[in-house]
Amino acid sequence: MGVQGIGARALRKEDKRFITGKGRYTDDMTAARMTFAAFVRSPHAHARITGIDASAALEMPGVEAVLTGEQLVGDGVGNLICGWMIHSRDGTPMKMGAWRALEPEIVRYAGQAVAVVIAETQGQARDAAEAVVVSYEELPVIVDPAAALQPGAPQLHPEAPGNLIYDWVIGDEAATNAAFAKAAHVTRLDITNNRLVPNPMEPRAALADYDAAEEHFTLHTTSQNPHVARLVLSAFYNIAPEHKLRVIAPDVGGGFGSKIYIYPEEMVCLWASKRVGRPVKWVSDRTEAFLTDAHGRDHRSEAELALDANHKIIGFRVNTIANIGAYMSLFSSSVPTYLYATLLSGQYDIPAIFCNVKAVYTNTTPVDAYRGAGRPEATYLVERMMETAAREVGLDPAEFRRRNFIRAFPHQTPVIMCYDAGDYDATLDAALKAVDYAGFPARKAEAARRGKLRGIGLSCYIEACGIAPSAAVGSLGAGVGLWESAEVRVNPVGTIEVLTGSHSHGQGHETTFAQLISDRFGVDTDSVSIVHGDTDKVQFGMGTYGSRSGAVGMSAIVKALDKVEAKAKKIAAHLMEAAEGDIVFEGGQLKVAGTDKALPFFQVALAAYTAHNLPAGMEPGLKEGAFYDPSNFTFPAGTYVCEVEIDPETGKTQIINFVAADDFGKIINPMIVEGQVHGGLTQGIGQALLENTAYDEGGQLITGSFMDYAMPRADDVPSYTLMTTETICPGNPLGMKGCGEAGAIGSPPAVINAITDALGIREMAMPATPERVWKAIQDSRRAMAAE
Amino acid sequence: MAKVSMTVNGKKVSADVEDRTLLVHYLREAQGLTGTHVGCDTSQCGACVVHVNGKAVKSCTMLAAQAGGATVTTIEGLANGADLHPVQAAFREHHGLQCGFCTPGMIMAAVDMIERHGANLDEATIRHELEGNICRCTGYHNIVKAIKAAADQMASMRTAAE
Amino acid sequence: MYETNYHRAGSVSEAASLMAKADDGKFLAGGQTLIPTMKQRLAAPSDLIDLGQIAELQGITEAGGSLRIGAGTKHADVAGSALVQRLIPGLAKLAGGIGDPHVRHMGTIGGSVANNDPAADYPSAVMALGATVHTSSRDIAAEDYFTGMFDTALEENEIITAISFPVPEKSAYAKYPNPASRYAMAGVFVARFKDGSVRVAATGAGQNGVFRIPAMEAALSANWSADAVASINVQADDMLSDIHGSADYRANLVTVMAKRAVAAA
Repeated sequence: MGVQGIGARALRKEDKRFITGKGRYTDDMTAARMTFAAFVRSPHAHARITGIDASAALEMPGVEAVLTGEQLVGDGVGNLICGWMIHSRDGTPMKMGAWRALEPEIVRYAGQAVAVVIAETQGQARDAAEAVVVSYEELPVIVDPAAALQPGAPQLHPEAPGNLIYDWVIGDEAATNAAFAKAAHVTRLDITNNRLVPNPMEPRAALADYDAAEEHFTLHTTSQNPHVARLVLSAFYNIAPEHKLRVIAPDVGGGFGSKIYIYPEEMVCLWASKRVGRPVKWVSDRTEAFLTDAHGRDHRSEAELALDANHKIIGFRVNTIANIGAYMSLFSSSVPTYLYATLLSGQYDIPAIFCNVKAVYTNTTPVDAYRGAGRPEATYLVERMMETAAREVGLDPAEFRRRNFIRAFPHQTPVIMCYDAGDYDATLDAALKAVDYAGFPARKAEAARRGKLRGIGLSCYIEACGIAPSAAVGSLGAGVGLWESAEVRVNPVGTIEVLTGSHSHGQGHETTFAQLISDRFGVDTDSVSIVHGDTDKVQFGMGTYGSRSGAVGMSAIVKALDKVEAKAKKIAAHLMEAAEGDIVFEGGQLKVAGTDKALPFFQVALAAYTAHNLPAGMEPGLKEGAFYDPSNFTFPAGTYVCEVEIDPETGKTQIINFVAADDFGKIINPMIVEGQVHGGLTQGIGQALLENTAYDEGGQLITGSFMDYAMPRADDVPSYTLMTTETICPGNPLGMKGCGEAGAIGSPPAVINAITDALGIREMAMPATPERVWKAIQDSRRAMAAE
Repeated sequence: MAKVSMTVNGKKVSADVEDRTLLVHYLREAQGLTGTHVGCDTSQCGACVVHVNGKAVKSCTMLAAQAGGATVTTIEGLANGADLHPVQAAFREHHGLQCGFCTPGMIMAAVDMIERHGANLDEATIRHELEGNICRCTGYHNIVKAIKAAADQMASMRTAAE
Repeated sequence: MYETNYHRAGSVSEAASLMAKADDGKFLAGGQTLIPTMKQRLAAPSDLIDLGQIAELQGITEAGGSLRIGAGTKHADVAGSALVQRLIPGLAKLAGGIGDPHVRHMGTIGGSVANNDPAADYPSAVMALGATVHTSSRDIAAEDYFTGMFDTALEENEIITAISFPVPEKSAYAKYPNPASRYAMAGVFVARFKDGSVRVAATGAGQNGVFRIPAMEAALSANWSADAVASINVQADDMLSDIHGSADYRANLVTVMAKRAVAAA
């Protein structure tokens, strides 16, 4: 492999181990004397525990221990935390109920863990878990978030009267109301954003090992952010001080947000390992994943858009109920507030916005960030409203959007965000051209001749990535800073190790980060290794989520590279007896500008380590670290166009064409970026067409396996048409914006707008299952017949 | 418990396992071949696909005992020494994997698919044939591309050999 | 999965005697339904008697105007059989659409018919073709075989050995899959025989498993065309209803799949 710099479609360095079966995931790890954990879970969605009888289980073969919540609390293990404080409109802090890793008193969702069995084999642990007899007194159950707010609804937590966690507002209510008072047209829509189950293909897993002599824990786990896990396990759950706890996230099989959080099971494995004095392994099965991995989305909103006589938007008013589930997961409070309502301006110049969000407890699995986290909810709302308003006033939906685009930057929205750069016309133009927007009526007519209903839908999304400026998020309630760290170690012979706080679980950092080094120092990517995911190896870092590893993680590397380069130049200047200012770094060499004097980079590195001849006072070695705190969010944006054909007999929607035009700023590896978009689009199309998370009234998850939860498969989606435009992000040294979530954020409204266009109707709930579409067709036929 | 023997990746192996042991656990735990993965518990995701007597099966839906005496190929046995199988190479070349977890099952399914269809694989057929394999990362776009490319390449290799 | 005892039978008679000795045994054919059920701890047989290696359950032969398929024949082998493709192409197509390729390499016709899952594909063909189910002790006509959802005329210890399908003049199968599980939400098999008689059977949709649709059979006997069944609807009251499809929707799908099957035949 040669030099593979920024912009190269470099093949992935990490692939070889995965395609030969040599990946090392948590479940692939073993330890001597290892035991297995199996959790005893509540079959009820809301019940008081009246007794736990483990006597029969303890007699079963291979059983080492049965541990309960009482013992956990007794050992001083702390409650699970929510790391972002939100204040209600009346100034009161959010109302958070206690969440224990093993619940001793009242279970609040079906699947909640109440005890754990530790046994010699996984089979024995599961057999014994079934033999633990837990007595329950069932309590009334509430699963509907709107109903949960009604007087008389069953109450989950004494800390949160009326099940209301917070009643939060953003924007100028008076100005927004005033805009509506003078509006020429108002579009109103009730919009539900359906609950989703993340389902990375690797289920969660943990292998915890306590070393009694050193009083030291090692945890291998499926984490997107091992340092955050260590911090929370230490500081809040009291498992061990940070220096006595090593968290390793080896190869991780996808995350999509669901592996950010520190869940009860991983924590219990650590605690149990100390209790039984042996390593404890737990591997979630898919059923447990459905029940306990944090779900995503689940918003119900009423939205109103006010237009003036020229079809310019003058106001946007939104009331949202966000279902948080039974407990507040780690970042659950921030998702329906600062990650959501701050994006309600979309790509549009909207002078007045007001949004109220009520976060509600229900007897369902906790809800937290899932690919996009708040931004898909905002985009769906905005883009459904744009399409609907355009149709109501009789404007072409593309033209209506154009009339309202923001064109001057920086642009301060009424909802905190200040957009730094963008060109929304460019992505819209590119997408419309690629889809042949003008030719659509002819295609629709041709489809009609075949008995098919064809529709086209747009979505002009914007999102906020590069999470996030620490002081800004701190002022909004975040419990942590959201900077990133990096360390660049140049070895004596010039190979380079980069230690990053980012974590790769499919994103290809081992390749893209190496490309950055290659680009900068002219070294082969094969001589660069990226080290991540181990708190003993890597300095404290914040991990990977929110499309931040490029814009924030790589920026930290750039800062460290700057320092390495500065030192290397000093050494080179000294060795070549030149002025430091005359040294340039080109093609892997440090050269004296305007002369033929040059030193290869590896010789400078060697000189740094031999230290025989360094500038006076200089420390030996060539290793630099950096922390990068972004100055602003980044704002990827684009236009997605979806063209569908519906079979009116079955209601089946087929995506005929899907065009995505994205502006991600600077792109390091187009191949990897395209892969991120493909995956995001498919998750978004899954949300729009397939993925339905349904609870019955008793709080049982009735879509709790792949038999009932429709995951997108290869024949559900098309091959995609992708393109990018570029406006450079001024906020970070590489000009990057982030690409990991865009597909999932932008695609659902494009699909639903296409379906409503095909059917000539206003509303269609997600997922637009064949039955829902078929029913809508029957209903509109009946309505037409009645006219 | 019973002794279960079979040929795995060309090597005769045996182990004493409980009768309820699934083939996937026999491979992962008794033989240390952790490339074959478990991604669901309802026999749908296909992360566990291996070849038994030359045919792709879900090793999570077969007892190890059922495979007693059989010839099994796993992802670890697909490459010829340092030479990757064309399907493995195509997955890398076309970025047909991200987190890598579904990849072994995808590749084993793809090899079986190409063996059954030869060069006659078009996009629609590939997508339909992937009904038993779920990927959450790639959106399938590049998996489909990789399989098509590998099928074409293997067909031309066969033609060249004839 | 609960612990169990595995036995491999070499012959049908050995399988029967192993079963007779078992406490609460089950026959294991391809295992593509039984093993997932056991993994979910929804079945806990004391013993599994593996029929997978019994030679006498294998094979596809033509005899006296019908096609005899050994119970141990895998879906992929039925789908790929030149004989089946020539004589009953609808049956080959049906077999080629069961589950996914990996399931088709393990699952068997005998196992599927013995299990009689209401969403399984084969029962529609057995019913619509008027097949005979051969067992270790007798022959059972399709009409007498299916007795309700997951319920058949099979006695305990009775093993399906083969199924004989009368060869029709024309046949086809059309199904609409459940978007999640990919099992049939409605699958309709249509067959026309040389004497002009027509049989139509639907799977996936009915509350009591596979069922025939006499009104469609009569209409198609008079006029073999998709239009002939287009306005014939089954009673929604008799259909399954769940999160994937209401009874009304399933009733609609039965008609639509019937039309498509006739058009494809």
